[in-house]
Order: sequence, then structure tokens, then C-alpha cells
Amino acid sequence: MSAGVGVDLENLWIRFGDFVAVRDANVHIKGGDFFSFLGPSGCGKTTILRAVSGFLEPSEGNVLIGGNNMKGIGPNKRPTALIFQNLALFPLMKVWENITFSMEIAGASARDRRKRADELLDMIALPGQGDKLPSELSGGQRQRVAIARALCAEPDVLLLDEPLSALDLKLRQHMRTELREIQKRVGITFIYITHDQGEALTMSDDIAVMRAGVIDQIADGKTIYNDPATAFAASFVGENNVFRGKVLEVRGDQALIRTNRSGDLLSRISTANQGKMNVGDDAMMFIRPEALSLAPTGTQGDHFVTAKVNHEEFEGNSFNIFMEGDGGKELKVAIPNHGQSFDDHSGQDMTLEYDVNNAVAVPAGELAAE
Amino acid sequence: MPSFLKEFFNRNGTLMGSLMLGLVLFWTVGLIILPQLSMLDFSFRPNLPPPEIGGPKDVYTLENYKYLIFGPEGGSQDYNAVDLRVFFRTLVAAVCVTIFNLILCYPIAYYLGQNKGNHIRVFALMLIIPYWINEILRAFALRIIFGESGVINTLLVGSGVFDTPFDFIRNDIALYAGLGYAYILLMIFPIYNVIESLDHNQIEAARDLGAPWWRIHKRVVIPYAKPGISSGCTMVFMLSAGALAAPQILGGPSSLWFTQLIYQQFNDNSDWPQGAAYAIVLLVTCILLVLALMRVFKVNMGDIGK
Repeated sequence: MSAGVGVDLENLWIRFGDFVAVRDANVHIKGGDFFSFLGPSGCGKTTILRAVSGFLEPSEGNVLIGGNNMKGIGPNKRPTALIFQNLALFPLMKVWENITFSMEIAGASARDRRKRADELLDMIALPGQGDKLPSELSGGQRQRVAIARALCAEPDVLLLDEPLSALDLKLRQHMRTELREIQKRVGITFIYITHDQGEALTMSDDIAVMRAGVIDQIADGKTIYNDPATAFAASFVGENNVFRGKVLEVRGDQALIRTNRSGDLLSRISTANQGKMNVGDDAMMFIRPEALSLAPTGTQGDHFVTAKVNHEEFEGNSFNIFMEGDGGKELKVAIPNHGQSFDDHSGQDMTLEYDVNNAVAVPAGELAAE
Repeated sequence: MPSFLKEFFNRNGTLMGSLMLGLVLFWTVGLIILPQLSMLDFSFRPNLPPPEIGGPKDVYTLENYKYLIFGPEGGSQDYNAVDLRVFFRTLVAAVCVTIFNLILCYPIAYYLGQNKGNHIRVFALMLIIPYWINEILRAFALRIIFGESGVINTLLVGSGVFDTPFDFIRNDIALYAGLGYAYILLMIFPIYNVIESLDHNQIEAARDLGAPWWRIHKRVVIPYAKPGISSGCTMVFMLSAGALAAPQILGGPSSLWFTQLIYQQFNDNSDWPQGAAYAIVLLVTCILLVLALMRVFKVNMGDIGK
């Protein structure tokens, strides 16, 4: 299996009539990487995948696979294999015929196909199930058959269109690990489409966060989580508390922000926006629930927030406090459970403290829908 | 009472249940089985003048069936060559019409089934509306189109393809076209129904795995559409073999359809037993042929109803 074929999108535009599905996408995917496009439904991520697989011609720009321009090359001639959201196994073919369909098309003998099917069935831990029909398998097993069918075509790039979305939670989490292992074993490039940030963070080398046809940020999961480039990336990936306001002062890579309700707060400017935020600009500041801790009530300062507690809950690993937040949204604080006692604070004012390095300021922008 | 009947009555209530059951029974027994049984009975009796019916000569006989194979007793030929030739020619022609229709209708049904949008509804309407015109009128219209001075001959001669008008009627081309056209919908709709439910992702998956378009059809679409194809083929074959108006109007003077022979027996010769025997032979042969083909193509009876 040829390893390490990269994929490049150059100035990619895809339009449907007046609607722009993908706007000027530029992505470099390294060969052998597990790369995810992460975004809400309708953001254009599936459209990008269809352009890479060849089912859709871009309106402008190029798709390069292994450095070769794919313009005018149909999906049956590209070194890609696609795993569909609904898997699209052939219901009337047996499992082994499904898996080796690409070999059948290439004219391989039934004996070779059978042999290869058995190898792949071993790999996906379904030995001896080749003579069943897809309908006789469970959801997770069908999932693996779809992966085997795609891998049997020996693609340079495997494209996965939310293939886990039909599975229940437990199985989905199990398949994440399995997919990642398979990818490491075969060593080919995986391009994964998902709206589930958990899937993207756990499996990917790199993630592109997409919003309404635009790629907001491309980085590894840790960077996207800790150092988001836009308000959307900050609010879409993981839970985040937002504070709105204006930049009052810029101090090197930090900004003092006059928030609408919580006073003047100091924050680190996210790496992508350093040097771009000026005094007077509308800004948003994000602090994760787990980055906030309790402080003596009434403490003043540029990294303290005081607000009224609405309600509290106990989640097992953490106590969650929901406070009156900025602009209608509740402020969530997660206090790790170390076995400490925890009083009910509903209706009282509480003061929170944070490390300025854990607060990220970005220019004001669209937030992800809940 | 068997459990499925009990459940049927529980679900629909005694009154509605009996009503529905009664209607179905009336339909199958009263309108289908009993008339066919009386035809079967006719076919085994001699053709007698009314006073002798029920008399000593009114006995069961195989005479009418013998006639189809061997001809009149003491005739000049060993076999009834004329009628047998018409019989087999009808069957072969009906098979040809069916195959021709399938080839014509499969792409249309595939297109209709796999595309969405308003234009699909317009296409479907354009297929259906011609059937508001009655069969006789359609057949005569085709006769005019295919006639010596019809549109097609005018075009062919005018453009220099032929020097003299081609006789579409004598060569049975008008007949096949008329029969084919008469049953297009019965072929398209069952196939369309099945293909509409085929997940388009399967076609894309096959394409993505390297299959050219004809292999996608061979391996993915046609196996899936098989119930629709067999149901359409069965209907078109049965109805073509049993058609009367189209052969009567569009057939050449020298080529008879077997149904025309049956009609002659009933109507011109007033020989109902003979006509019934011919009709029964046609019916049974057609059913056997369909069953045999279903066996060959591994189609279940249940698939036909899909």
C-alpha cells in the first residue's frame, strides 16, 4: 500500500448557483496524516470531501493528490476511496463480495478475491463472516466492512464522511480508537469529516475548523482547543465561556478588555491575532469552565470575575456552577471533585479567578450555535 | 379460525373485516375463477346447436385441443400448420416486444428514479397523458403515421433514405411499435418504483471503487431492480400475447395474431368451445413460460408483487 500521499486544496471555491458552499479553501494535508474537517452541518465540509473524491468539480481552484492536479479525473480514476455516512454497502452482495468489489472490477479471479477478503476480514476482526449478507451484521460490524471495502481498493487517500454518526455512543468511542489504529497500521492519508469535536480531537493529527464555507483555523487539536483563531473556533470546539467587550489596552501579547458586565479583564491574545487587535476594537474573551477557580468573594482585579450563582449541579468528576453570564448565556465553572465539601451557593454572589494565560482574546465574531 | 384471520378481524372489526373479505372473495372467485372455470368447461365440450346441449352428444372431449395441433379430421395436412405457426409466432413476437420494451424503458425508469425535481414530474406526466387517448384511436393514429404517405415515410423518402415508401405495416414494424407503445407504462412504473428506492450512495460507492457505468448497472442497479424488471416484463409479455386491438388494426394482412384466431372462433365461427380451447392453451403456455423464465432468472413470486 503506497503511503504518504498528501492532498492539497488550492484556492478552492465551490458554488451552487448563488450559494457559496466553499469559499477560497487552502489546505495542505501531509501524506500519512489523519486530517479532520470539523464543523456544524451545512458548513461545506462534505462538499469539500466530494470535491476531493471527484463527485463534484470545484467552481474554481484545484484539488491536488500527491501533487497531481485532479481536474477532469472522475471518482473511479482517483486514488481515493470514500466511506459514506450511511456506508452504502451493497445489500445483495455477500460481505466478501462487498469487500472485494474493487478487485472484481479490476478483473481479479474469484480465488484471489476470496483470499484478500479473508485477510481483510481478519484485519477488521470479523474472521469467517465473509458469506453473510450485510443485513446479517450489526452496525459496528457493517462499519468495519465498509472500511475493509474501501481499503481493499488500496487507495492513497481514504475519505470518511461522518461514518460513525449512525452508531451508538459506546460503539462510536470504541470505533474512534479502532479507526486511529487502522490508520496507523496502513499508513495512508485519512481525511475525516465530522461535526463531533470529540471525534476530531481524539483521532486527528490536524483539524480544519469550518464555518459557513470558510475554514477558520487549521491546526492540531491542542492548538485549536487552547489557542483558537476565531470566536467560532473557540465556541465550537469544547465548552467555553464568552465575555464580550472592547479592547481597552494592548500590552504585548495581552489585552485588557472592558467587558460589558464583568469589568476590565486581562487576557492573552490568541496567537493568530497578535498584532491585529487594536484599542477600541470589539473583542471576545474566552475562558474554559475548567480554567476558572473560586476566590474570596469580592476580590477585585483584572483576572477576577464576580457574578450571582443561578444554580449548581454535581457531575461526579466535577461540581458545575452556573452563574449569570455575559449577554444571556450562563457562565459555567467546573470545580474538580477532590472529595472536598461543597455548599450550595444559589442566589449568592461568587468571585472567580483565572490564570491570564488560560483566557484567550479574539476579535468579536460569530459564535457557534448551541 | 386460523390466527391470521383472527388478527385480521381484530384489526378491522367484524363488519369492515367481513366487508373487505367479501369483496376480495367476490373479486377473485366471482370475477376471475368462476368465469375461467366455465371457459375451461366450454373448451372440453363439442360445439353443438342449442337443442342438443345437455343431450347425449354433450360429453367431455379433447376434440378442440386436438384441432389446434392436428387440424380438422381427415384434413390434407398432418398438423394444423397455419394455426400453430400463428401461435408460436405470437409468443416469439410477444417476447420480442417485451425485450424491446425493457431495453427502451430501463434507461427511462432509471433516469426518472434517480433524479429529483419538477422536471421529473413533467416527464412522468408526458408519459401518462397519451394514455388518456383510447387504445383504438392510438392504434389508428400509429397506422396513419406508419402509412405509405405517413409522416415517417414522407420524411424518409424526402430525405432520400428510401426511393419508395417503406411498407411498415406489411413488415409488422407498425404492429411491434404499437404493441410496444401500448405497454410502455407497465414496464416503466414497476422498474421506476424499485429504482427510486435505490440509495444513490450505492451507485456512487461503486463508481468510487472504480466501476465504469455499465458495470454499476450490471452489478448494483439491475440486481436491485430485478423485482421491478420481472414484474414489468411479466405484464408486458402477458398483455402483448393477449392483445387484440393493436394486431387487428396495425397487423399486416398476412400476419395474424393468435388472439385474432380466438376471436374468429368465438365471433365468426360461433364456435365457443373451440375458441375457449385456444384461449386456454394461450393462457397456460404464457403462464408456464413466465414461470420457467422466473426460474431461470431466480425471481420469486413475492418479488413480482413488489
